[in-house]
Formats: sequence, structure tokens, C-alpha cells
Amino acid sequence: MLTGFIEALRANGLPIGLGEYLTLLDGLRARVTGPSVEDFYFYARLALIKDERHYDRYDRVFADYFGGIEAVFPPDPEHPRLAIPAEWLRRLSELHLSDEERAQIEELGWDELMRRLIERLAEQRGEHHGGDHWIGTGGSSPYGHSGVNPAGVRLGGEGREGRAVKVWDRREYRNLDDTVELGTRNLKVALRKLRQFARSGAADTLDLDDTIESTARNAGWLDLKLVPERHNAVKVLLLLDVGGSMDWHVRICEELFSAARAEFKHLKHYYFHNCVYESVWIDNRRRRTERVPTAELLNTYGPDWRLVIVGDATMSPYEITQVNASVEHVNEEPGAVWLQRLFAAWPRAVWLNPQPETAWEQTMSLRLIQRLARQRMYPLTLAGIDRAIRSLRSGEA
Amino acid sequence: MSENRFTGTERYVAPPELTLAVNAAATLGRPLLVKGEPGTGKTRLAAEVAAALGAPLIEWHIKSTTKARQGLYEYDAVARLRDSQLGDPRVGDIGHYIVRGKLWEAFACPVRPVLLIDEIDKADIEFPNDLLLELDRMEFHVYETRETVRAVHRPIIVITSNNEKELPDAFLRRCFFHYIRFPDRDTMIAIVAVHFPDLKKDLLAEALNVFFEIREMPGLKKRPSTSELLDWLKLLLAEDIPPEALRAGEERRSIPPLHGALLKNEQDVHLFEKLIFLHKRQGR
Repeated sequence: MLTGFIEALRANGLPIGLGEYLTLLDGLRARVTGPSVEDFYFYARLALIKDERHYDRYDRVFADYFGGIEAVFPPDPEHPRLAIPAEWLRRLSELHLSDEERAQIEELGWDELMRRLIERLAEQRGEHHGGDHWIGTGGSSPYGHSGVNPAGVRLGGEGREGRAVKVWDRREYRNLDDTVELGTRNLKVALRKLRQFARSGAADTLDLDDTIESTARNAGWLDLKLVPERHNAVKVLLLLDVGGSMDWHVRICEELFSAARAEFKHLKHYYFHNCVYESVWIDNRRRRTERVPTAELLNTYGPDWRLVIVGDATMSPYEITQVNASVEHVNEEPGAVWLQRLFAAWPRAVWLNPQPETAWEQTMSLRLIQRLARQRMYPLTLAGIDRAIRSLRSGEA
Repeated sequence: MSENRFTGTERYVAPPELTLAVNAAATLGRPLLVKGEPGTGKTRLAAEVAAALGAPLIEWHIKSTTKARQGLYEYDAVARLRDSQLGDPRVGDIGHYIVRGKLWEAFACPVRPVLLIDEIDKADIEFPNDLLLELDRMEFHVYETRETVRAVHRPIIVITSNNEKELPDAFLRRCFFHYIRFPDRDTMIAIVAVHFPDLKKDLLAEALNVFFEIREMPGLKKRPSTSELLDWLKLLLAEDIPPEALRAGEERRSIPPLHGALLKNEQDVHLFEKLIFLHKRQGR
């Protein structure tokens, strides 16, 4: 029985290994819990789930596995109890209805709903999730559960919006559930490969080798030698695309940014929109008033800096190749000229793109920039960052 | 081992799932990783478990510069070098220069101790990885003296984290994990009763109304939590504020007294004042 539960959890993407399972059994053998289901719920959560973001998914699986097995039709003398296989009701997806759709469904009265449910039960032959007609879960059909239908008929489990009884049906941890592919930690580990240590600053660390040598030369009298501590000496200039088509990728960029901030001592960042022109800015709130000329960047940061540009490179191709084609202002020189200057000034440069790599070929502006960047464009995924870092180290694509 | 079960203390209200977590961790000898909003009593938990079980408490507070080795032991090479120059006879025994860390202290403790590893997420991201074997087997090797330190009793280890950094999977696998939920109104009343037994009911009711109202305000940077509520109540009692002063009616028209204890962020106070201003205007 427990193996099935573990399998159900794993099927829902919860990372549970053999170790956790054995721990769970260990605890049960040692009788750390009382006999109640609620105790078991808490203990299994304690042993199996290691992240509060997974609590909600755990709750749902638990409810389905232990609670939702028996689905009961509302007590109505005309209709005897109808059992609906629990598998049908496994909540797979969440769906939101627009207000108009809600209103439409509200117009169907209770009696009408019941009549259609019976009809549909008779028609339906398989399990179904997330559509708007068949009975299943997480959909907008009025039948099934966990869906969003104000006049819906509940089949087993508790409604998302109603008051629930069981702990696992309370779903208190819903806000904590988010499936981030790239955690800050992952990013940091990836960025770490770019580290390059150098000694700089005040001499405050004991240099053991030199101390031993000097002491020996000093006829055994201690002669302490100190060296400056090693710091990460890599300098990174980060240019981030904001606004417009990048709004979809804000979150992932924020993660990258916060990871990069913690990893590099020398990190300068500037923003641009779509393509780099004659000026960039540091503060998004004051982007209209406080701008930094791109030429100043070229003069300030030497060729030992690494340039990382993050942008989706998705725009009209004219914004890159033509004069006066920027969406925001009148640009005297085309973006391509500025990009060429950037890539010439910093030989070690990469372009990170949050768009999936498979889609790159389809966008003209993307192909253009890919050529300008001398093929050093990489997807903003862990593997992509890895490749980008390798390119930054070697200077080759 | 399980004859001593933790059930909360006179000063600490522990919901059943938390006592279960502590008891399971104690029975199976596994570290308990505790997360939760700041101010929900994560760090207090270890002290209360120690008090309830009558066990000694060993605290290891982690900073950004803390290294995993420091928890085991440190070899004071400089002291030994100095002693050798002064001709101190102790210099022959390297054991004199091994300084024990908190983990060693916990392992060597003759009775079963409670070890608190506080704010593990403050350290370098590799820090938890460096403690895997030590936490798993509860033993480690001292290279300088070639001895292996084994835990006399597996200590009850409570680890807290504020989610500043993600912890590695291998580390998580070895821990029990518990997320302290923010207490609901009833639990909160129980917690307040533990700290302020003579608090008047009407004052408490009004104060909780204000407190939960502020917590539910959208857009707050730092929502006040249990510890802020307790501080605020202490101030209200000290200033002898009557319950009427807290009463808001349907829409809040004035900022509650001594709000500085609840809202710690300047922007939050501004936001709150702005909302009150809006209410006032609507009320006119």
C-alpha cells in the first residue's frame, strides 16, 4: 500500500528516493506516530518532503490516495450511489475560467446539472482531466472536482473554494508551490565555474609555505609571512534587456541577477530595451532621466571584463539594422553598429537568451544577433549557462 | 529513548505536528530541519526542547564566514609554534592544540544533548555538504591525532533555515523537514496566554484584530509575526493603552498606537498610512 503511495508521489514530480522511503518505514516500525491518519499524514510529510514548495502537491496526492478513493454521489433518493473511479479524479491541472464563462455556467441550474451529469456518465468511457466537457478533475466541466465551476457538482474530495475538513484538503501551502527550473542555487553553482582567484588587498592570511621557509632560513626563529586573501577577480559587465517581450522572462532574469550578484565581486549591470543603442541605464525607475552613454561603458571597462548580455533578441529586424528604427527613440546609428562595438571591445562576451533554443531559427532578428555575437548565444538554462561560461573562459564559441 | 516525549513547554505552544516532528527526529536520531516565516519560533524550539527533556543545549550560530570544520575542531598551529619557541613541554602532545568545536562538544556529551545549528543558510552554499557524513554517522576523524570521535548519544539536532539559500539535496535527504505554519487565531491566543497570562480578553481580541488585519494587507514587505505581536502587546501593556484605542470599526481610520513594533519597514509604514488616508477620504 505504501509503495503505491510513494509511486503516486513520484508520479507527481516529488523527488522521493529509496532513502526517504526506508526512513518512513523505520519510523513506522519505531512507532513514532499514533494510529490516526492525521499523525501518519504529518509523519510521512516530515520524512518524505524536504521543501515547503512541495507541501501542496503532497497534500493533493495524499487526499487523492487516501481520501479520494471513495467518490460518493450526492444523497438523492432518485439516484442510487454511483461510484466513480478515483483515477478519474486525480487532479492534474488547474484551470481558470473567465468571468463570462462563470456567468454562463451559473445560468445552468442545479436540476439541469444533475440531469446532464447522469447523461454524461452514461456516455463517458474513459478517464479525463482538464477539458470542459467530460467528467474528470481540474477542468471547467461542471462535473468532477477541483475545477472552477460555481455551480459544479462535487464528486469526492473537497472543493478548492469551499471550506474543507481534512488537513490535507486545507491546502495551506498552495502559495509556496512553484516549479522553478532554475533555482538560485543551481545558477550560483553554474556561475561559480567562472571564478578566477587572485590575491589582492591587505596581507592578512598566513602564507604557510613561505613562513616555513623563512623560519628555516632564520635559524628556527619564527618569521611569519602573510599574503592577501584570495578573491574572485573575475569582472563581469551584465547588460539586461527589460520590458516588452522580455516581461515573460523577468523572473528567470531576476534569479540570474541575484545569483550573479552574490558570486562576483566586480559586477556592473545596465539595462537596455530590445537592442543596445547609444545609451543604457542603471535604474529602471529613472530610465528616462538618468542614462549612461554606451560609449562611456566602452571607455570605462577594460578588455579584461567579461560581457554578458541577457535578452530574447526578439524584435523587428529593422531595430537592429536601420537608423531611426528603435521603438523608443530616434537612434542615429543602427543597433548593429553598437553591438559590433561591444563585441569588439570585449572579446570575451556571450549572449544569454531565455527563449528556447529550438525557436531561434524562426526569428529573423535572433539570427541577426546570433551572427553579430559570432555564434556565442546560449539559452538561459543550466546547460546553456555552462556552455556560456566555458566560452567566456576560452574566448571561443 | 522515547520515554521522554516532547509536548511543548509552559512557555512554548507547540502544535501537534511540531511535537510529532521533534519526537520522530529524536527517536530515529535524525537532524530536524525547521523552516518558517521569521519570528515563528524556529530558534526558540531547540531551547524549549532542551528544557522540556532536561537535556543540555549546545548552540552553534552560523555566519557567512563559518566553515564546517569549525564545528568539528580547529588545530591551533600558531599556539603550538609559539609554545615550541618558548620551550613549553606541552608542545610534544598535539592534542593540546586541538580546539573542540560545537559538534564535537555535542558528540562527547555524556547525556543526550540538543544541538542547535542556527541559520544554516547563512553559510557558504557548500557548508551543508561538508557535514553530510558527520550528521549521518554522527562521527568524524581527527587527522592530527588520528582518532575517531563518535557520538556517545546521537544528539537531537535542530537546524533552522530562513531560505536565503537553497540547501543541497544530499543534505536534505538526511534530515527530517518541517515547515512551521503561521499560527491561526486560536493557536495565537494560546501563545499569547502563555506569555501574558493576565491580559484582558477585550484588549487581546482588539489587538489580534489589528494584527491579523495588518498581516492580510497586500503588498507588505515584511509581515509581522508572532514575536512582533508579543513585543507589541508588551508595549501596549506598558503604556496602558485601553482596548478602545485599538478599535477600528469597519474601516480603519487611524494608525494603531505603537505600530513601530509591528511594522519594521519604512515602506510598509508608508503603505499603511496611504491605505488609511484612502479610507478616510472614502468615508467622507
